[in-house]
Amino acid sequence: MSDPAKPKVRVATTSLAGCFGCHMSFLDIDERLFELLELIEFDRTPLTDIKHCGPCDVGLIEGGICNAENVHVLHEFRKNCKILVAVGACAVNGGLPAQRNHLDLGDCLQEVYVTEPSLAKGCIPNDPELPLPLDKVHPLHEVVKIDYFLPGCPPPADAIWKFLTDLLAGHTPHLGHGLIHYD
Amino acid sequence: MSSDLETAANPAGLERVVIEPVSRVEGHGKVSILLDSDDHVQQVRLHIVEFRGFEKFIQGRPYWEIPVMVQRLCGICPVSHHLAAAKALDQVVGAERLTPTADKIRRLMHYGQILQSHALHFFHLSSPDLLFGFDSDLARRNIVGVAAEHPEIARQGVLLRRFGQEVIRVTAGKRVHGTGAIPGGVNKPVAVKDRDELLRDVYQVVAWCRSAVQLARRLHLSNVGLYNSFGAFRSNLMSLVAPDGGMDLYHGALRARDSSGAIVFDKVDYSRYWEHLTEEVKPWSYMKFPYIRALGAEQGWYKVGPLARVQNCDHIPTPFADAERREFVDFGGGQPVHATLAYHWARMIEMLFAAESIKDLLHDDDILGDDLVTAGQRRERGVGVIEAPRGTLIHHYRVNEDDQVVRANLIVSTTHNNQAMNEAIRHVAKRYLDGRKLTEGLLNHVEVAIRAFDPCLSCATHALGRMPLHLELFDAEGQCIDTLVKSSHERCP
Repeated sequence: MSDPAKPKVRVATTSLAGCFGCHMSFLDIDERLFELLELIEFDRTPLTDIKHCGPCDVGLIEGGICNAENVHVLHEFRKNCKILVAVGACAVNGGLPAQRNHLDLGDCLQEVYVTEPSLAKGCIPNDPELPLPLDKVHPLHEVVKIDYFLPGCPPPADAIWKFLTDLLAGHTPHLGHGLIHYD
Repeated sequence: MSSDLETAANPAGLERVVIEPVSRVEGHGKVSILLDSDDHVQQVRLHIVEFRGFEKFIQGRPYWEIPVMVQRLCGICPVSHHLAAAKALDQVVGAERLTPTADKIRRLMHYGQILQSHALHFFHLSSPDLLFGFDSDLARRNIVGVAAEHPEIARQGVLLRRFGQEVIRVTAGKRVHGTGAIPGGVNKPVAVKDRDELLRDVYQVVAWCRSAVQLARRLHLSNVGLYNSFGAFRSNLMSLVAPDGGMDLYHGALRARDSSGAIVFDKVDYSRYWEHLTEEVKPWSYMKFPYIRALGAEQGWYKVGPLARVQNCDHIPTPFADAERREFVDFGGGQPVHATLAYHWARMIEMLFAAESIKDLLHDDDILGDDLVTAGQRRERGVGVIEAPRGTLIHHYRVNEDDQVVRANLIVSTTHNNQAMNEAIRHVAKRYLDGRKLTEGLLNHVEVAIRAFDPCLSCATHALGRMPLHLELFDAEGQCIDTLVKSSHERCP
């Protein structure tokens, strides 16, 4: 399947305000992973120790934007990836973490870290090492241009496989019946 | 019992080193280190840097939504949250005892979860450090490198994970974020065809799990000095244990031992967990710090997860895994093993236990039954506790008469290990970074210690994110004297 003369397609992935479920669904391509590795190489992903996204062909992002660091990482990916893909419900529309958007962030922090009755000693974490949380959780396309959206919580492994193999073959990705669902 | 490196006596003027993010773990963690002018380590902290607040925003939701909502805390161990929530809500709907079919299908789902998560952690995330060395080439130190140099190990890892995920799909409808458990039971039986397909593969899976234990054991014994001492520290141990003292990862009572193995508490009904456990907050992390109430914050923190469970139980109820457990205990020579890297060995013993348990459950026709749900006297409060892949997981809900959740408290597995992980990296920093020039390989030592706990930082923070690893070394005048960026671009001037 691989052609040694042909350079591999470089792929970066990251999870922002997500749960890693989309990355798990990606790994759910199972042993097709080895087939894929004939055609692609990984840049920054949770599977490698490359911590900065370098120039890439494809960037896959799971999760929405919930703090200042997420914004920074998203910009780094947009700058470096020719094709940027929002993968899964949280990246596409904020997902479950955006359930906190109708609440006051200060009240949330107060309840979890101060007034929770089982706590012996509470305080709201505020060390300078901790990045600033945003008052709302945002989908990716509110911050940068997104080239493709893969829905699902998570998108099924077969959808991720079809999407990537279409792209690698030079086709416009097309997900047929059964590959697009929203749960 | 804890070391003195949590807070420097006088942080002003100290050099600050930051490792961010910790990679090949799930979720977003960051380590900060303060050094004095002789490069001696003065302060080391693992920070959990994001906040999501599930406890708050699930309030007002109908209780029957909760098992499918809270599993979105974590895509690696969604079944753990799904089942812990379902167990808590069993109490709310008054399901004192589930039907045999429901109980066994949930157990099958859970052991599928343990199998796939342990395989992922050992093969995909940690094996590169163990097979190639902690300071080996960054470009090769990943699952792709393992696939190139040890293709059979990588293949077995991928196929073990696949089998665990298939067990979950068969019981929950989907591999990630399924819907199998409901308050009072489960929503469907196992289909005969699915059962037969799993049965066809399970013997191979058990055999591969036995090899995996041998691999983890061989790695430990082949470099026993390093593996025994690396990030090692003594602490209490806690887990659920079955009524007969056996290992049970789905249900039981709480047992804690002190660092020499003596019982601190035993047969504790987890529905009153707060009488024995409490937490405190530190301003530098969104992850709380739990401890055993009777022992106090200083002495009462503990380890959870495979290393605690394999030594906390009296036996494992499946034969191959129990033989491996006895060998592990013998290795300790009458004392609990506290070696951080022994987590890997213990984790593989549990993976074998999960595979054997799946095999036994697949042979039990109760999983094909149709008596799925039970209910009784409605109650206001429910606590569900389960041994998730990474350790004890506590879900606690109160539900009002309109079926809405009005209060929730979650103590996730990785949170129990918060102090333990901080101790491990303090030991490693003191031993390997103290007084040395920073290299990428040295920094990876800190990450190797964190990885051994298989932390699920997304569970702990209820949020995720990643940042580049960027280290800056400042002298006492605030001048940047060294910068290290861990990336494909390598070193900055």
